[in-house]
Amino acid sequence: MEVILFHLMPYADLDLEKGRANGTVWVNLPNSNFDPVKGHKLYNRYLDELEYGEELGFDAIAVNEHHQTAYGLMPSPIVTASALARRTKRAKIAILGSALPLREHPLMVAEEHAMIDVISGGRLISGFVRGIGAEYHTFGVNPTFSHDRFHEAHDLIVRAWTEPGPFAFQGRHYNVQYVNLWPRPYQKPHPPIWIPSQGSRETIDWSAHPDRRYTYLQTFSPASVVQRYLKMYRDTCKGFGYEAEDRQLGWAVPVYVAQTDEAARREAKPHFEAFRNVFVRMPVEMLLPPGYTSRESLKSVMKAKAAMFADITLEKSIELGVIVCGSPASARAALESYWKDMRFGNLLVLCQFGTLPADLTRKNMELFAREVMPAVKAFRSSAELVR
Amino acid sequence: MAFSERFIEVDGCRLNLRRGGSGEPLLYLHGASGAPAVLPFMEKLAQRFDMLVPEHPGFGASDEPGWLENMHDLAYFYLDVLESLELRGLHLVGSSLGGWLALEMAVRDASRLKSLLLVGPAGISVPGVKPGDVFLWSPEELTRNLFFDPALAEKMLAQPMTPELLDVSLKNRHTVARLGWEPRMHDPFLRKWLHRVNVPVKIVWGEADKILPVAYAGEFKKLMPAAEVEIIPRCGHLPQAERPEEFCDIVMRFAGKR
Repeated sequence: MEVILFHLMPYADLDLEKGRANGTVWVNLPNSNFDPVKGHKLYNRYLDELEYGEELGFDAIAVNEHHQTAYGLMPSPIVTASALARRTKRAKIAILGSALPLREHPLMVAEEHAMIDVISGGRLISGFVRGIGAEYHTFGVNPTFSHDRFHEAHDLIVRAWTEPGPFAFQGRHYNVQYVNLWPRPYQKPHPPIWIPSQGSRETIDWSAHPDRRYTYLQTFSPASVVQRYLKMYRDTCKGFGYEAEDRQLGWAVPVYVAQTDEAARREAKPHFEAFRNVFVRMPVEMLLPPGYTSRESLKSVMKAKAAMFADITLEKSIELGVIVCGSPASARAALESYWKDMRFGNLLVLCQFGTLPADLTRKNMELFAREVMPAVKAFRSSAELVR
Repeated sequence: MAFSERFIEVDGCRLNLRRGGSGEPLLYLHGASGAPAVLPFMEKLAQRFDMLVPEHPGFGASDEPGWLENMHDLAYFYLDVLESLELRGLHLVGSSLGGWLALEMAVRDASRLKSLLLVGPAGISVPGVKPGDVFLWSPEELTRNLFFDPALAEKMLAQPMTPELLDVSLKNRHTVARLGWEPRMHDPFLRKWLHRVNVPVKIVWGEADKILPVAYAGEFKKLMPAAEVEIIPRCGHLPQAERPEEFCDIVMRFAGKR
């Protein structure tokens, strides 16, 4: 099992009342709410936390991309991953991921990822995403072409990484006369590709395909939902005639550990509830613009709307497995039980969430690394032991 | 006035077409919310015209053809429809997105047109004027912003949402996004070619339009100086629905005299 420290870099200094009053911190929360001086401190604190992750023994440290929101201050994960590439020596660096359809030119993504891979000596994990619905509002990219652009951009990037250049690429959305990447990526044939997703049928079919076998990450969902989608991925692989390896599956989940269950809950509560009930929140029109998902998925979300868009407490979130929170022993037990149900080979832990301050974040990371991570890394399925 | 309803097939696409009345042909091009039923203004106009009311490809009961990727595709498709139905001396009426469509057709080929009447048309952007965001509004906000008279919005919101209506509204919304997400409800190159519309043009606008503010009418007048502009006071984005009597009078006076 690989354990990855994942960071969203939220604007933790947000005036939560303003975020609440606006109904969302995405798209249209005025950027007068962002203070660059506070932002300076936050960026450096968060980068320090990720670098500390290497020291604590995490297998990888991970960043992601979100635009024009207090939810995450990483419109370019390239910037944060680049900074980390020079400040770390051992840990892999995961970009989870670059939002391909939002980019004017996918070759830039191919180039930037290749640069980080070469600079870091082959430590890059490349993640590709479509960007979330809100970002189609902020970027103006047509969501009804989102899947098409994603697939075409992916094809161009992988070909640019692997085929000798120069060659010409003709697509519906991108056309290049001379694809001839300098630098080529360090890893052969190219950096591993991970696909973070909220669980769409289309994405599972595509990433499980035998030509790709990309690692599928289920992000921030109740454990039962994660389990359903990871099983769907395994079943899809079986349908393609092969058995998924555990390394093809991952779960991203917030984790908070303290000396006792009671302390963990008390310390995490306001910060997790800010994350879940303020930072994540957005209206359905923002989350799912037309064409971003199939109309059938859109309808099921609209049906579940009341549950999805209501406030949820920390206690309920623990029960649902939206967060792992408790003493080290409780966290170990919870993760082992989830792992037995799901057999994910990658666990991505979010040790900072919402407004969680620096001292609690460090304490959480240290305790998790010392008292939970060794046990988690030792989880091995019998199939893996045979190999 | 009875309307017939049938599918016609053009360019491999089944198009749901309602047709009623007699007289010179008048093709009504609906806006973003489609044309799911025969409305009173259509009935009234059918007393004077051969009214044709299709549901655009990607809307209502019509097909969703794979080739439909932008407004230009839709304009060429409808030029094929005019040819296929052998329509000549046609009065073309377009509302909102349908007004934009009518303009894209007319700059390409106006030879089958006798007149063009646009109701709060999209198709251009106006510097400094911000249109409403139909994609970010909730369905309820959108309905409220369509009308000047809140009672009309209330009446519309009071209608129960059946699974069939929901399917149609999601289908329509998808097509509207495909055609008009970006650039938002306009074609930046269209304004260069508006001089090619060589038939009489009338532009009708609700003074209290919250989707496309009435300032758009002034910009269209600048771009098409020969066009007549008529502003309807105390009226929102859909004069044909909000003020059907007045709207039909305008159409009769404009198209009927030609």
